[in-house]
Amino acid sequence: MGNDSYSEAMLGDGPRSRVVIVGAGHGGANAAAFLRQKGFGGEVILIGEEPVMPYQRPPLSKAYIADHMSVEDLYLKPTQFYRDQGIELRLGTRVAEVNPEGKFVSFSDGTTLEYDVLILATGAAPRSLDVPGSDLTGIQELRTIADAGRLRDLIPSSGHLVVVGGGYIGLEVAAVCQTNGVRVTVIEREDRLLARVASVELSKVLTAYHQERGTNILTSDSVVGFAGGADGAVRSVILSDGTEIACGGVLTGIGAVPCDALACGAGLHCDNGIVVDEQSRTSDRWIFAIGDVTRRPLPNRTDLFRMESIPSAVEQAGQAVAAIMGGPQPKPEVPWFWSDQFNLKLKMAGLVHEGEEVIARNSLEGFKIAFFHVRGENVVAVETINSPGEFMAGKRFIEKNARVDLTKLADSSVPLQGVLV
Amino acid sequence: MPKITCINDYDGSRWELNVDSGCSVMEATVNNNVPGIVAECGGSCSCATCHVYVDESWLGKLEEATQEEKDLIEFLDGARSNSRLSCQVLLTDELDGLTLRIPESQE
Repeated sequence: MGNDSYSEAMLGDGPRSRVVIVGAGHGGANAAAFLRQKGFGGEVILIGEEPVMPYQRPPLSKAYIADHMSVEDLYLKPTQFYRDQGIELRLGTRVAEVNPEGKFVSFSDGTTLEYDVLILATGAAPRSLDVPGSDLTGIQELRTIADAGRLRDLIPSSGHLVVVGGGYIGLEVAAVCQTNGVRVTVIEREDRLLARVASVELSKVLTAYHQERGTNILTSDSVVGFAGGADGAVRSVILSDGTEIACGGVLTGIGAVPCDALACGAGLHCDNGIVVDEQSRTSDRWIFAIGDVTRRPLPNRTDLFRMESIPSAVEQAGQAVAAIMGGPQPKPEVPWFWSDQFNLKLKMAGLVHEGEEVIARNSLEGFKIAFFHVRGENVVAVETINSPGEFMAGKRFIEKNARVDLTKLADSSVPLQGVLV
Repeated sequence: MPKITCINDYDGSRWELNVDSGCSVMEATVNNNVPGIVAECGGSCSCATCHVYVDESWLGKLEEATQEEKDLIEFLDGARSNSRLSCQVLLTDELDGLTLRIPESQE
């Protein structure tokens, strides 16, 4: 092994080694914590661009904009944690360049920081909607806590919020608006909501649920511009057919692009995301990349994926740390996602492909819905609403490649343990 | 301030934690960087990555699990009759001395 092992350098009695982590989101913060859990005794330096302690992003489109959480409630770990664990935080700090030959990163003020191992966890940024008028005030995107603060102020004052993009973030924000009595319109370019990420079946259920609660949903419509008032604030959204929709605020949620500029600039292999192997290693053996910024392999798949999910970022943090410390790799995880809209808890596992057979297992009691996507006798994906048992069972079936009886699966009176063949 | 003990079944390591009343077992372990409790969802009873075994003698002293928690646990790797999701177990002074094990499967 010798050359392939990092552990000698990392654990040896020689000069203290240093892991630098760029990006202090879920991936970066967990990587720092895992290094200490695995006994790494060198320096851990966690660099974050935002001037705020590492925090949870999922509540930004839910409880935080509904004013049910403080900034401190969002923190991933208490402030004391980083002192206790000997993790040096450098917040409000932007890395300008990575130099793989010299093994250092440089900052905009010209200073540099050497590393033994570098972990890039730079995340993704909202895709910008580049149409006339998009620089008006009152048009907001949502990624950071600062974005969420502006959106939280914008929602009640808007009177009518237009959400551009019918993805999970857009629908979560729409649900918060409706719950708080703010009128909301969702505009989606595709012919249905969640077109890229969910099945036709789940789309239908969610569309009806939102519409019944008053959300105006327009599909197969694209936004070609915004018009503003004399104050420079957005007053209306203009659609491709010329229709103008009056509003007091806009959220754009049309997807995210990987923040891979640092990696590309350093000559690492990038392909709309930093390309990594199953241990989250980039094309430079001393540089790992984790989280939304990566294009990663998945078990039993030949193509590479950008996952944009917390479970994926945390899994990759574990992979990178195991590789660095020379320990066993963590067990591969079935990709999964969650979303909360109104009082619906959505949980999805596996990847959905159009044209697959879909078995519905619904319960009339409460609003409990599960769609199992099957190939032959195997479950390949599951989408659930208010059905934690179906979600966990489905995730398990996918993981074990278990054979199921499709007739029993469709019958919610048959216990899930009993659907296995 | 209750004191709890966590034993990691993966390597047998022991953690004695002094915890603030009102905080969940998950928060207590995460704040002390105890390995094996990941808590991906931040404590919203969604992910089941904070699975613990509660010492039998303490089980009856805890508030009963909700149906949602039971449903999540049923299909969890290594689920047992004393399995709980630690984000749903709130620590009170009455739980001083609580002992928990972290399943090997969470490593």
